[in-house]
Amino acid sequence: MKMPLQFRLNGNAVSVTIEARVSLLDLLREELGLTGSKKGCDHGHCGACTVLVNGRRMLSCLKLAVSAEGCEVTTIEGIGSAEALHPLQVAFIRHDAFQCGFCTPGQIMSALEVIAEPSPKTRASIKESMSGNLCRCGAYSNIISAIMEVVENGTV
Amino acid sequence: MEPFEYCRPSSVKKVLNVLKDDPRAKLIAGGTDLVDHLKLGVETPSKLVDISSLQLGEIELKSDALLIGALATSSQVAAHHLVLRNAPAVAQALLAGASGQIRNAATIGGNLLQRTRCPYFRSADWRCNKRVLGTGCAAIEAVSDGHALLGTSEACIAVNPSDLAVALLAADTHVHLASFSGERKVPIAEFYRRPGETPHIETAIAADELITKIEVPLARLGQTSRYLKLRGRASFEFATVSVASAMTFEGDTVTAAAVALGGLGTIPWRVKAAENLLLGHPLTKRRVNDFCDALFSGAVVRRGASKLALARGAIHRALLRGAA
Repeated sequence: MKMPLQFRLNGNAVSVTIEARVSLLDLLREELGLTGSKKGCDHGHCGACTVLVNGRRMLSCLKLAVSAEGCEVTTIEGIGSAEALHPLQVAFIRHDAFQCGFCTPGQIMSALEVIAEPSPKTRASIKESMSGNLCRCGAYSNIISAIMEVVENGTV
Repeated sequence: MEPFEYCRPSSVKKVLNVLKDDPRAKLIAGGTDLVDHLKLGVETPSKLVDISSLQLGEIELKSDALLIGALATSSQVAAHHLVLRNAPAVAQALLAGASGQIRNAATIGGNLLQRTRCPYFRSADWRCNKRVLGTGCAAIEAVSDGHALLGTSEACIAVNPSDLAVALLAADTHVHLASFSGERKVPIAEFYRRPGETPHIETAIAADELITKIEVPLARLGQTSRYLKLRGRASFEFATVSVASAMTFEGDTVTAAAVALGGLGTIPWRVKAAENLLLGHPLTKRRVNDFCDALFSGAVVRRGASKLALARGAIHRALLRGAA
């Protein structure tokens, strides 16, 4: 069943017609050409598909695109720019927080919520908060360091 | 994924109308359980009714109860000051579950209705009485520590995976349901159904009903509640064993106790008669062991797979170390 869908994506209005069974992840990647969000498992286990919906981190693989009607969606493409990287992006580079880079967009989108929370942070609490993002290359320690730097300094 | 119709009625009343006219329609809110099942081919609804934008997410106090709307998300409930003060085990149970991303989308109602993680249920390739009644239980021939010891039958040994349900069971919660014909509330102890001969029926909810809210009675006992979850990973994994417990004392003497178990039962597990063994006495290891014996009574251990020792240890830790 094809349905109309209107929402805001990285600050821009989007209007599409889409089948109800299409996930937000597939809409972003296949219809809208935004391949920054990754399909790691397609079942909610890995976090590589993490985006922001109305400012909260969510898994786009478990969200039907049509349920994003009227929402504000932010993907990795909407974070920073080549000329002005986001502090998290700078920190990830500085701390060597990725190897293959496949999990990285999801890690950064997820970390945005971690750095926005006002509660005090330790490496342990960051590790727990980021437990929904897997990294098969094992860059976890550096990912935590990168997030910790932004938590402590705001910018890098 | 099989195709389905999709609608988003703008009010609870309109949703109830849709459910009344089409009992095969399924509700979708956060979708973190259901969309997974749609992809696995485990759920094949002909119509989805999206309730995610309805106004059913309020968290408030009313006379002597904490009311939590069914559409409140796990994140919202776990962070709410009324929950932290009056039912801390509920907040702890929610934060112990899933991941940050899932907690932002998952709702309280959906959490209570989530399906088992039994791999034979989750794969359409295997025989499963819960998925298709009468086909048999593939798990019984390959029992693992992930299967239930309490509340089982020869038709089904699948564990109920909800952390929230365990905490709510210890808190004597009521589940409020609405249908086109009216409203009712069910004590959570009666909300969950053991599999028996009908493992495909998991809760008391009818096909035309919606969970509107849960009602947690306010009590000093509730304020002492805690949730302990043991599992193979430190995070983002379902419980091997979990314990929701609350206790009040007068001096050394236990005056009230509530203990519910997760990870071992086909339903969240609590035996009030067992709790009576703890009342009116100081808390000792011997009494806790007697309590465990009573709580585990009726456990069926198949093929030697048993986590009763782990559950016993968890209860000791929860009651003796965590006693308020």
